[in-house]
Amino acid sequence: MKRTLAVVSAGLRLPSTTRMLADRLTDGVRAELEGRGAQVDVEVVEVRDHAHDLVNHLMAGYPSPGLGRAFDAVTAADGLIVVTPTFTASYSGLFKMFFECLEDTALVDKPVLTAATGGTGRHSLVLEHAVRPLFAYLRAVVVPTAVFAATDDWGYGSGDTQDPLVRRIGRAARELADAVARREAPTVEDPHDGLVPFARLLEGGE
Amino acid sequence: MHFGIFGVGDVARDPLSGRTPTEHERIKALVEYAKLAEDVGLDVFAIGEHHNPPFVPSSPTTLLGHIAARTERILLSTSTTLITTNDPVKIAEDYAMLQHLADGRVDLMLGRGNTGPVYPWFGQDIRNGIELAVENYALLHRLWREDVVDWTGRFRTPLQGFTSTPRPLGGVPPFVWHASIRSPEIAEQAAYYGDGFFHNNLFWPKEHVRRLVDLYRSRFEHYGHGPADHAVVGLAAHLFVRRNSQDAVREFRPYFDGSAAYGNGPSLEDTMAQTAVVVGSPQQVIERVLAYRENAGGDYQRQLFNVDGIGVPHRTVLEQIESLGEIVPVLRKEFARSRPAHVPDAPVHPSVGAAAGLAGAEGGR
Repeated sequence: MKRTLAVVSAGLRLPSTTRMLADRLTDGVRAELEGRGAQVDVEVVEVRDHAHDLVNHLMAGYPSPGLGRAFDAVTAADGLIVVTPTFTASYSGLFKMFFECLEDTALVDKPVLTAATGGTGRHSLVLEHAVRPLFAYLRAVVVPTAVFAATDDWGYGSGDTQDPLVRRIGRAARELADAVARREAPTVEDPHDGLVPFARLLEGGE
Repeated sequence: MHFGIFGVGDVARDPLSGRTPTEHERIKALVEYAKLAEDVGLDVFAIGEHHNPPFVPSSPTTLLGHIAARTERILLSTSTTLITTNDPVKIAEDYAMLQHLADGRVDLMLGRGNTGPVYPWFGQDIRNGIELAVENYALLHRLWREDVVDWTGRFRTPLQGFTSTPRPLGGVPPFVWHASIRSPEIAEQAAYYGDGFFHNNLFWPKEHVRRLVDLYRSRFEHYGHGPADHAVVGLAAHLFVRRNSQDAVREFRPYFDGSAAYGNGPSLEDTMAQTAVVVGSPQQVIERVLAYRENAGGDYQRQLFNVDGIGVPHRTVLEQIESLGEIVPVLRKEFARSRPAHVPDAPVHPSVGAAAGLAGAEGGR
């Protein structure tokens, strides 16, 4: 069975540790899903590529064609990985704008793996006090393990299975793959198809 | 097909001169635009309704009644009339009165309004926007068609034995357009009644416009009003035209960039590519507007142009209307060239059709 994974990465620099973490998580989830017999398609959204279009969307009320395609990819995905840098004790403004502009029903019941990067481990609870509530509001299914990578975490031996970051990535990837595997592919709601016949509108029906 | 101008009556500073017109100047200018529109051969003048600064037209039937007395031929319409926060009884009375005074030269466009506080100011709740539009229009529709109405609804006090006066001119109510940018429910409402559907495609990309208009057309057919291409469709455009296109773009840009509606968002070029903001030479305008048949799912009945507001000075607005007087005859000819005979004309009251000698003109449906 084919499954699609969308990855929203909100790092600002190139290369960025935020994207590095996103790629590690993507590899982990892909391996887990393939281990369950799925074919995996990955769609990565670099939020910085849409930075100006996000401001334009907020001002004009509609997305540019490119931003619209990014929203479509996220909305149609079976699972979502989101990674933000920690700025001023929270997710970055650009990361939040992406999810402000996305339709507010796009993530309902969608499995989401949350992750963040930051200068030191002292920021790690940003995932619990800022990122998790945001996705709870959007009625997404946020997997229990959230992954924080501080600058220090990149100093462990690469691929060492005792490396705490590697273990944490593995656990989060399993949780997301399990949540994806348990679900059917999402049905993307089209307001033009879910039309309420006028007789019901007249009765005050929704 | 009807061509005309519409606006929302915003009072805005001209970013070049730094001058902001007074409310009085703006109101008098609107009357002048309507008169000039008639003089240069346009079919429609439409004005919005707002209840907050910087907009002046809180009282559209007073303005349109005055214009009716000072014009002879042009149709008077709205863009839009708030079906959510106005009492439908008052809409029935006001617009029937206007219809008599204007000898039938009246139709109206209903919209929900997107200024949040207007709802509580008028005792309503914005979360009921769709329900208000549905219930209030159901009552308005009956008030214009039944001499004595008994009514109980959710949003207004009940009516027993109520007769809305004056009765519509010749027993034919003003034609109604339902306007929406992105609500399928409103397209469905327009289709159910066999009324017109107007899309203000200034503010929404054209592929979405087409989807909503297609929905309206197919539901119009579903409800038995005729085939989908008999449905009555209107579109908008924001116009700025000069002899040569570079002059148009150069002159319009500061108004676009400085406006509350467009400024600090997508560039003028991106907005022109995605929406119905049309800035260029007469030939470019003609080509763009002829291509709107794509957005409208075929031939359509009404094209309105916004030429005022966002600080564009009075003299320039008059020049834009003059230019429309030259562009519209070309558009009429070009649209007529390929228009199938069975596609209905733009709707007018029978008395207007008779006065203009238009055999077979569509009366208010």
